[in-house]
Amino acid sequence: MATIQENPLVEGLERLPVHPTTLVIFGATGDLAHRKLLPAVYNLAHEGALPERFNLVGVARREMDDDAFRATARDSIRQYSRTRPDESVLGALLERVRYVRGSFDDAGVYRRLGALASELDEEAGIPFNRVFYLATAPTFFETIAELLGAHGLDAREDAEVRIVVEKPFGRDLASARQLNEALLSVFEERQIYRIDHYLGKETVQNLLVMRFANGIFEPLWNRGYVDYVEITAAEDIGIGSRAGYYDRTGALRDIVQNHLLQLLTLLCMEPPVSFSADEVRSEKVKVLRAIRPPSPDEVPEIAVRAQYGPGVAEGREVPGYLDEEGVAPGSGTETYVALRLEVENWRWAGVPVYLRAGKRLARKVTEIAVTLKPVPHLAFQQSGSLGVQPNQLVLTVQPNEGVSLSLVAKIPGARMRVRPVSMDFLYGTSFLSQSPEAYERLILDTMRGDATLFARADEVEAAWSLVDPILEAWSRTAGPLPTYEAGSSGPAEADRLLLGGARWRQL
Amino acid sequence: MEAALTAVEPPSTARWYAEDTTPSAIEAGLRELLGQQHARHAGYAPARVLNLVAVVDRPWRGEVVNRLERVGRYHPSRTVVCAVQPGKRTLDAWATLTATAAGDGLTVAQERVEIELGERHLEGLAAIVDPLILADLTTMVWSPHGHDDAVDELLPLADVVLLDSLDLPDMRAAVARACRLSEEAYVVDLAWLRSTPWRERVAATFDPPRWRPALRELTRVTVRHRPDSTVSGLLFSGWLCSRLGWSPGSLAPRPDRALVGSARAGKTKARIELLPDPQMTAPGLAGVTLETASGLSLSLDRSPGGLSARRGTPDGRESAWIVLGASRGEPGILGEGIRQALLRDPTYRPALACAERMVA
Repeated sequence: MATIQENPLVEGLERLPVHPTTLVIFGATGDLAHRKLLPAVYNLAHEGALPERFNLVGVARREMDDDAFRATARDSIRQYSRTRPDESVLGALLERVRYVRGSFDDAGVYRRLGALASELDEEAGIPFNRVFYLATAPTFFETIAELLGAHGLDAREDAEVRIVVEKPFGRDLASARQLNEALLSVFEERQIYRIDHYLGKETVQNLLVMRFANGIFEPLWNRGYVDYVEITAAEDIGIGSRAGYYDRTGALRDIVQNHLLQLLTLLCMEPPVSFSADEVRSEKVKVLRAIRPPSPDEVPEIAVRAQYGPGVAEGREVPGYLDEEGVAPGSGTETYVALRLEVENWRWAGVPVYLRAGKRLARKVTEIAVTLKPVPHLAFQQSGSLGVQPNQLVLTVQPNEGVSLSLVAKIPGARMRVRPVSMDFLYGTSFLSQSPEAYERLILDTMRGDATLFARADEVEAAWSLVDPILEAWSRTAGPLPTYEAGSSGPAEADRLLLGGARWRQL
Repeated sequence: MEAALTAVEPPSTARWYAEDTTPSAIEAGLRELLGQQHARHAGYAPARVLNLVAVVDRPWRGEVVNRLERVGRYHPSRTVVCAVQPGKRTLDAWATLTATAAGDGLTVAQERVEIELGERHLEGLAAIVDPLILADLTTMVWSPHGHDDAVDELLPLADVVLLDSLDLPDMRAAVARACRLSEEAYVVDLAWLRSTPWRERVAATFDPPRWRPALRELTRVTVRHRPDSTVSGLLFSGWLCSRLGWSPGSLAPRPDRALVGSARAGKTKARIELLPDPQMTAPGLAGVTLETASGLSLSLDRSPGGLSARRGTPDGRESAWIVLGASRGEPGILGEGIRQALLRDPTYRPALACAERMVA
């Protein structure tokens, strides 16, 4: 029998106990809270996955009281919850919701927040863990952390305190370091949860399972068999109403520095000793450190940027980036980026890793394609057939999550003609469960204290170390950016990054 | 032998039907339906999760099919419903392919085969069903109207047997049946699943290190249940006994139909009471109370929005709260049962073994 130290009752349970928690959302009236966080919290409540005792405190500048915030939260949940709200659960959840009004730089907010958190503890007769979720503009991250510390809200003797920081985590290496220093001057690393919501996606987590639970792949997963790797995050939409944010950010910062480099690390990392947070993250950091940051001269050889021009997307004519509302005239912000990187270690040396991300492309898809080297000798005549293509393993993160392996097969008939065919596994057809929203998983992990799916300080800085030289080189290059037609597969310039027989996968 | 093939759209449902048919003809009909759908829609993909073979009484076929349709996303990919009609000498069969848009151009289809057959077919049922199940997928057998002989016949094909121990009016027979089937296949018991939220919450309550030592001091376990749901109460109590290393004795019935007994917990004894609650409308548990010698108590009861929890501490303080969670309802329980076919719960059999001792 299990010892009393281990809680013998949790064996076999799908939903493991979570310590009673007070979740504090800074920026509780903002878009992220409205569309993602509050619905995610509701869905956790609906599934019975929240801690048995739970409080939610919203902090924001908007003038309102508890009841008005509850009404706002109710609307958000009804509008965006993935499950139809059960009114009795929703009502019971909202009873546990409170609101603290004020500016994030106002010390009074933290005094009131501290008093409220203590009141909630006393009311329950137990010390709740506290999770501070910063769903605010990044400019407030340091201020909030500092003021939480100044008001003694950064740690407790008898319960855990954690802080969740949304992306973007810095604008460059220097600002990321500064933010890390600011957070680490108040909190310990184990308390800090840097969110990259891509890591909350089931298919991203499945990358690790696919690699490390299937013996078929590991023997091939190296420079001996892999010809090149391509990671794509394409969007068919434009910048929408996010011009203010996007024009200051660009595709490299918005997608590559975080999401795509995370996918790259999961794809290329060595098997961790265990799946504890630090073991996994240490292996990921090793991958990032094995990628040599480009020198200024190398940047044009390994990086391409572009902006979308006018074109046809989603069946209608759409303006080019520079004509989008809110974009600065003559803006040099890239809406497309393609990179060629190399992980210089024993396993991957010499294997090009191509990354591309962009807006207003032909379709929405996030995928990883691993192209194997061609067979050394081909005995078949290829005339009259589509020919032999190297095997390609494609892991689709979204949409139509799944894995497909391209194989070459004989075309039925008297002649030995061949063509590529696809062997598919689709999540949608193979499991009974609906995948939870990424934020549900990540919020639950912060409450459980599992940081595996969150970026560590050194991981974030290692990623910025790769991106910084590119940003710097681009900042010195004047003139308009290359353009690509909206609704197309991207700029022709991206092709010059490709080595050997590599080709961008068709979008 | 007559066969007819029709395609109906929208909604995207295609059907095949044949009277006096054979398993191989039914299988060919299914393949033909799949081929038609593939030709019609490039993004069409049949679900490939598990086979569910349900053996039902013909008059209740519709009710069972409706129950299965209400499980929503937990629908198995291929369902084979064997509807038993006394005296029937031929096999008549329907095959239905229902396609659901899964978004982004993907259409996922589920297949259902309904076979009307006679009691005479039950003896060779495995030979009828075998060609109709998808190889390499988990096969679950469910026989909600008895037909234990049919379940026995299908056991060589079955990875999982789905049952509801509340279906049998005699709790001893129900527990004995679950024990017997557990020897042959993995059993998913809906009576057990009805206790899941209670088990989760009790585990959560004692999870904080400061409360965990109280598990060693438990002296009384009271389980309230709907009068026909004694087995859920037995399984919950059995779970607690098996997880805590208690040795349960047999429970004795009281005039009020409660079952009362005890379990040896180390050097002490813990009293176990199963109390029928006539007010309870849904099958399963109505409430649970755990008490320690030192005066700590925890009660959980059904309530709107989740479970109503109440804790009393030795110093006389009481606190109450709601543990949030939506009721799954009976369709949700059945859906959960189907989903469990893909999982393995190592705690059911030890709990069942303790339940068996309690009803001995």
